[in-house]
Amino acid sequence: MRKTYCFTCIVCPLGCAIEVELEDGKVVGVTGHTCPRGEEWAIQEVTNPKRIVMSVVPVEGGALPTVSVRTAEPVPKEKIAELMKFLTGLRLKAPIKIGQVVAEWEGIKIVATRGA
Amino acid sequence: MEPMPQIPMLSYDVVVIGGGPAGMAAAAKAKELGLNVLLLDENDYLGGILPQCIHPGFGIHYFKEELTGPEFAARLAKRMIENGVEYRTSARVLEIRNYSDLEKVVIFTSPSGVYQVWAKAIIYAAGARERHAFEIGIVGDRVAGIYTAGEAQTLMDIYGVLPGKEIVIVGSGDVGLIMARRFALEGAKVKAVVELMPYPGGLARNVMILRDFNIPLYLGHRVVEVRGKGRVQRVKIVKVDENLNEVPGSEFWIEADTLVISAGLIPSVKKLKKIGVEIDPSTGGPVVNDRLETSVPGIFVAGNSLLINDLVDYVAEQGELAAEGAKEFIEKGGIESRKWVKVEKGANVRLVAPHYLSGDRDLYLYLRVSRPMENVEVRIPETGKKVRLPVVKPAEMVRVKLRAEEIRKAQERLTVEVVGA
Ligand SMILES: Cc1cc2nc3c(=O)[nH]c(=O)nc-3n(C[C@H](O)[C@H](O)[C@H](O)COP(=O)(O)OP(=O)(O)OC[C@H]3O[C@@H](n4cnc5c(N)ncnc54)[C@H](O)[C@@H]3O)c2cc1C
Ligand code: SF4
Repeated sequence: MRKTYCFTCIVCPLGCAIEVELEDGKVVGVTGHTCPRGEEWAIQEVTNPKRIVMSVVPVEGGALPTVSVRTAEPVPKEKIAELMKFLTGLRLKAPIKIGQVVAEWEGIKIVATRGA
Repeated sequence: MEPMPQIPMLSYDVVVIGGGPAGMAAAAKAKELGLNVLLLDENDYLGGILPQCIHPGFGIHYFKEELTGPEFAARLAKRMIENGVEYRTSARVLEIRNYSDLEKVVIFTSPSGVYQVWAKAIIYAAGARERHAFEIGIVGDRVAGIYTAGEAQTLMDIYGVLPGKEIVIVGSGDVGLIMARRFALEGAKVKAVVELMPYPGGLARNVMILRDFNIPLYLGHRVVEVRGKGRVQRVKIVKVDENLNEVPGSEFWIEADTLVISAGLIPSVKKLKKIGVEIDPSTGGPVVNDRLETSVPGIFVAGNSLLINDLVDYVAEQGELAAEGAKEFIEKGGIESRKWVKVEKGANVRLVAPHYLSGDRDLYLYLRVSRPMENVEVRIPETGKKVRLPVVKPAEMVRVKLRAEEIRKAQERLTVEVVGA
C-alpha cells in the first residue's frame, strides 16, 4: 500500500514542505526538502517519531504542590500514553533538586525541572 | 505629594519591579555593574511565568542549551542570588512616584507590611496580561470553565489541577498550541483549536502538536458565544471571510466543558501610564530609547512590559540592557545622546522598538511584521542596511542588529521595512 505524508520541516526556520512516500511501511521517496538534515528528520518523523515528554508530579512537603518533570531523552510517540499513565501514578517527597532523576521508566530517566 | 513618613523606608540605587526573566536578568546585571539593587515580585516564587511553562524550548540563544521554563528561571535566579541581589517575593508594587530624575519612590505591600523604597532608577519588568473572553467579543452565559491560557497553565502545571475534560482553545499561537499539548497529554480531549486568521499563529514545531494528538484546527473561524448552566456546555463557532466578517449561516456548536482563551498578551503598563510614561499604541508598551529608558527619565523597561516577546532569550537580553542604562543614568545623572534618530515603521512592519536611537552604540531592533512573507529583506534605506530572511511571520519576532556607525548615517529618522528580496 502506498501512503504519502506531508508536513512542514521544523529543523530550521525555512520550514520546507516535505512529502514522504511510504510503500508497505518502507520509505520510497522524499521530496520538498532543501537539505539532507530535513530529509533525515522527515524519514525519522514517519518511521519512528520521538518526543520529549513533560508533565507535573504531585510532591509532598514542597513549596509548590507539584514538581515539573521531563524525559531525559525523546520517547517514541506511540509509547507516550503509557508513559503518562506511569507519571500519573508517581508521588514524590520534598526535597527534590532541579535536575534530579526522580524515576525511571523502561530505561528512560525522568528528570525534575523544578526544585521542591 | 509628600512621601508617607509613617511607613518604613528603604533606599537603593535601583528597584527592579518584576521577578520574571526580564527582572532577574536586569537585577543580576545591575549588581554586576556595582549597583545596589532590590527586586520585588508579587508572586510567592521567582521566575514570573516561567515556572509554569514546563515544556522545553527556552534558552537556546542565551544559555546555548534547550531548557524548560523552570530550568531557565532557576539558572537566572541562581546567578542573581549568588551575585547578592536582594529580593522580596509576595511583594506587590502599588505605586511608582517620580519626584525628580534621581528621586523615585516605589510603594509596595508585603506580608510584613507596606514599604516605600527610594531609588535613583527603576527597571520596570512586570510582564504582560492576557486578553480575556470579553475583549475578543465572545458573548453568552457567565459560567465557570472559561480560562485564559495562563490561568489554565498555572492550575495544571503549578497546582496539578486539570481545568476540564473537553476543551476548546481560542487562538493557535504558540501558547494555545502548547496548552493543547498539555491538555492532551494529561488526558483531556481537545475538541478544537479555533483561529481567526487564515494561517496558524504558532511556530511550525508547535503546529505539529495538532497532528500528534489529532486535534482539529479551524482556521478562519471565530468563537462567538458560550452557553451553559453553571459550567460551559457548548461554544458557538462561525466562519469568517478575508475581511474577518462572519459568513452568514456558517455557525456550528461544539460541546465542551471548558473554553481556553489564548488570544494574545498586552504589556502591563498601568502604573507607568499613571506617571505619564508615553505608550506606543502598536507595541502596547512604552516608547523607549536605545537604553530602554521610557519618556520619564530614569525609568527603564524590559521584557513583555516593553513589547511582547516570543523568546525568553530576548527578554533576558533586554533586562541586561536596561541594567546598563540604569548604571549610565545614575553615574551621569541622565542618558546622554548627541541626538536621537527616530525609528519609523515602513512596509509590512507592524511594530518596532526601540523608538529612538543615539548612534552612540550598537543595538538590536525588535520588530514584528503584519503578514507572513517568504524570501524577504529587512531594509533600512537611510543606513543602507539589508538583512535577508527566508520567512517572516507575525508570530515570530524579528531581531536585527544595527551598528552605531550604521545608525549615524541616518539624519533625523530611519525607516524599517520588510520587502520582497
Ligand atoms: C505558554 C507560554 C509558552 C512560552 N513558550 C516559550 C518558549 O518555548 N520559548 C521561549 O523562549 N519563550 C516562551 N515564552 C515566552 C516567555 O516565557 C516570555 O516572553 C517571558 O517569560 C516574559 O518575561 P517577563 O520577565 O517580561 O515577564 P513575566 O515572566 O510575566 O514576569 C513578570 C513578573 O512581574 C511580576 N509583577 C507584575 N506586576 C507586579 C507588581 N505590581 N508588583 C510586583 N510584581 C509584579 C509578576 O508577578 C511576574 O512574576 C512562552 C510564554 C508563554 C506564556
Ligand atoms: S529541509 Fe533543510 S532547509 Fe528545509 S526546513 Fe528542513 S532543515 Fe531547513
